[in-house]
Amino acid sequence: MIQISKVSKMYRLGQIGATTLSDDLKRFWFKIRGKENPFLKIGEINNRENNGGNYVWALKDISLNVKKGEVIGIIGKNGAGKSTLLKLLSKVTRPSTGKIISRGKTASLLEVGTGFHQELSGRENIYLNGAILGMTKNEIKDKIDEIIDFSGCKRYIDSPVKRYSSGMFVRLAFAVAAHLEPDILIVDEVLAVGDAEFQKKAIGKMQNIASKGSRTVLFVSHNMTSIKALCNRAVLMENGKIVKDGNPSEIINYYLNTNTEVSYTKEWDKSNRPLSYQNLELLKIWISNKDNKLNTTLSVDEDFLVNIDYEVTEENSKIGLNVILHDSNQNIISSSINNHEENFYHQKHPKGVFRSQCLIPGKLFNSGTYYISIFMFGENFSDGKLLEFLLKIEIEDGILVRRDYHGEYQGVLRPLFKWVTKSLN
Amino acid sequence: MNLKEEIILPKKNLLDVNLKEIWQYKDLLFLFVRRDFVATYKQTVLGPLWFIIQPIFTTLIFTLIFSKLASIPTDGLPPILFYMCGITCWNYFSESLSKTSNTFTTNANIFGKVYFPRLIVPISIIISNMFKFIIQGFIFLLVFIYYYFNGFPITPNITIAALPFLLLIMAGLGLGFGILISSLTTKYRDFQFLVIFGIQLFMYATPIVYPLSLAQEKLGSYNWIALANPMSSIIEAIKYAFLGQGQFSLLHLSYSFIFMIILLIVGIITFNKVEQNFMDTV
Repeated sequence: MIQISKVSKMYRLGQIGATTLSDDLKRFWFKIRGKENPFLKIGEINNRENNGGNYVWALKDISLNVKKGEVIGIIGKNGAGKSTLLKLLSKVTRPSTGKIISRGKTASLLEVGTGFHQELSGRENIYLNGAILGMTKNEIKDKIDEIIDFSGCKRYIDSPVKRYSSGMFVRLAFAVAAHLEPDILIVDEVLAVGDAEFQKKAIGKMQNIASKGSRTVLFVSHNMTSIKALCNRAVLMENGKIVKDGNPSEIINYYLNTNTEVSYTKEWDKSNRPLSYQNLELLKIWISNKDNKLNTTLSVDEDFLVNIDYEVTEENSKIGLNVILHDSNQNIISSSINNHEENFYHQKHPKGVFRSQCLIPGKLFNSGTYYISIFMFGENFSDGKLLEFLLKIEIEDGILVRRDYHGEYQGVLRPLFKWVTKSLN
Repeated sequence: MNLKEEIILPKKNLLDVNLKEIWQYKDLLFLFVRRDFVATYKQTVLGPLWFIIQPIFTTLIFTLIFSKLASIPTDGLPPILFYMCGITCWNYFSESLSKTSNTFTTNANIFGKVYFPRLIVPISIIISNMFKFIIQGFIFLLVFIYYYFNGFPITPNITIAALPFLLLIMAGLGLGFGILISSLTTKYRDFQFLVIFGIQLFMYATPIVYPLSLAQEKLGSYNWIALANPMSSIIEAIKYAFLGQGQFSLLHLSYSFIFMIILLIVGIITFNKVEQNFMDTV
């Protein structure tokens, strides 16, 4: 369906001014002598922190074959070249070298509401935006009622969109896009719009499109949950190259493993809490010492607490939590369930914000990198939500367990077991 | 199912204007024209009246300054009619030119997000300006009829039939200059400033406020300047067609026509070259 072979894209950094003119003249001079563009040689790998030349490869030798019906998720850090790749596929800009062959009608959704005009009414904008995205007038006419219904803006549909709230604007814009029927659909991080309810609707619509199997979808997102839910293949990009390609869960795990920075606290915005299960909404997870202060220097010798702050949104809720520890390869090494907290576990709790603390004792784990996941459940153990790798912590070496030994300890544990020696003489 | 195959390469053929593709997007073309029309005068009291206020007032001011104050002759025609004819035509050309010349810069955010044949935008501007021209032309006709039936010495003649052809050349010139400049503007904004005062100067190099005959008489050996301007012969021909004064020279008109064709080819080549990668430099 899509064949991308050895595609590269170079960008020029910095301001355009007299230097650009001299570069242009140089390029022209090379060209009339029949030589290659000299600047294509000096491009560097894209690394935002490096100071260097003025030319940078946003993409370098990308090759990718996409079959019909595949739903591909493209993941990677900001600046990895994901959006550039989508831009090339949607013909917004052309590659510097290489070749792309695509079969079928392509529609790209790099932004919702492209070309919306503030002064025009919602209905007029549906036509305009639809036509910009490649629909014909008759196609739009056939679908206009469906689009208006989906957007939920029926009452305002004949008012100018400048009177719309930002939420309505986004919903209307997405509604138009959701009713495209191309063979190839290119989507860039546009599902992260609107409120939670609309997001659900949008993801549902996307799932619907993806599951039909007749569309090929390329999808960039930072939301791993939606990648997992929608895609049947994932591609990981790094510094303008494709570094991994395969099954979404594998790729996502690999990506999280290599890319999560060490973090001792994570907090979620009140308006945007993706991490919820039934009537439990996770607000914050953080590591503290015994004084309940944020702790970012953990040692093998000392206890620390995993704090889970959450909101209970319904009366009489039951709260079940499980703190899972993983080693640096993300293998599970331990779980701890809160079912020993007699007067809390399986009790009914009122609405409100709670903090559950799990004490991880010192003199137990070895130094190294660990991940912490949380499993939230309500009534029974089997029914809940696993939130993987929320924190990545570093436990540093200590002296208490070690005493006079200076070498390496093997394994994930470094417990202080008791030693007793007697003379058997 | 047989799907259309498309190959994206670093560079496309420069003269490759995909007319079929433009035709596929005709609905978008129509919607852009409509948008320009509907949106321009929203939230104004006078609304579409602005279309006619502007040429009327310019005509009055020109009459006052160039005819009454500076006493520039008007080929024996009523000054109001003389200026109005020139201004209406000039407006079409200059607005087409100035609006198409920012095609890339004003549409950068749309162009950066979605693909459609970029030529749709300048073409839609040429068409929506054509509607505006028709409205303004209608006002000119009213004034014209008034003068005609009051016995002024104006002699409309059969060359009026050439009007569509003359309009076509004007549209082509506006489009050609516009896309050429818009292509250059993406990288070097210097051209934007050039356009603003360039159009003003261009008007004085075109027989709007003076008849061509006067320029030829007074400029002597410099009169090639007036003739080198491809707009001169068109304005003169339109004046001749409606008012009976001016020059209807097939030689000069064919010069303008050839000029337009070459300009369009050069414009389209540059436009095609720029549209491929302009997002990187805009």
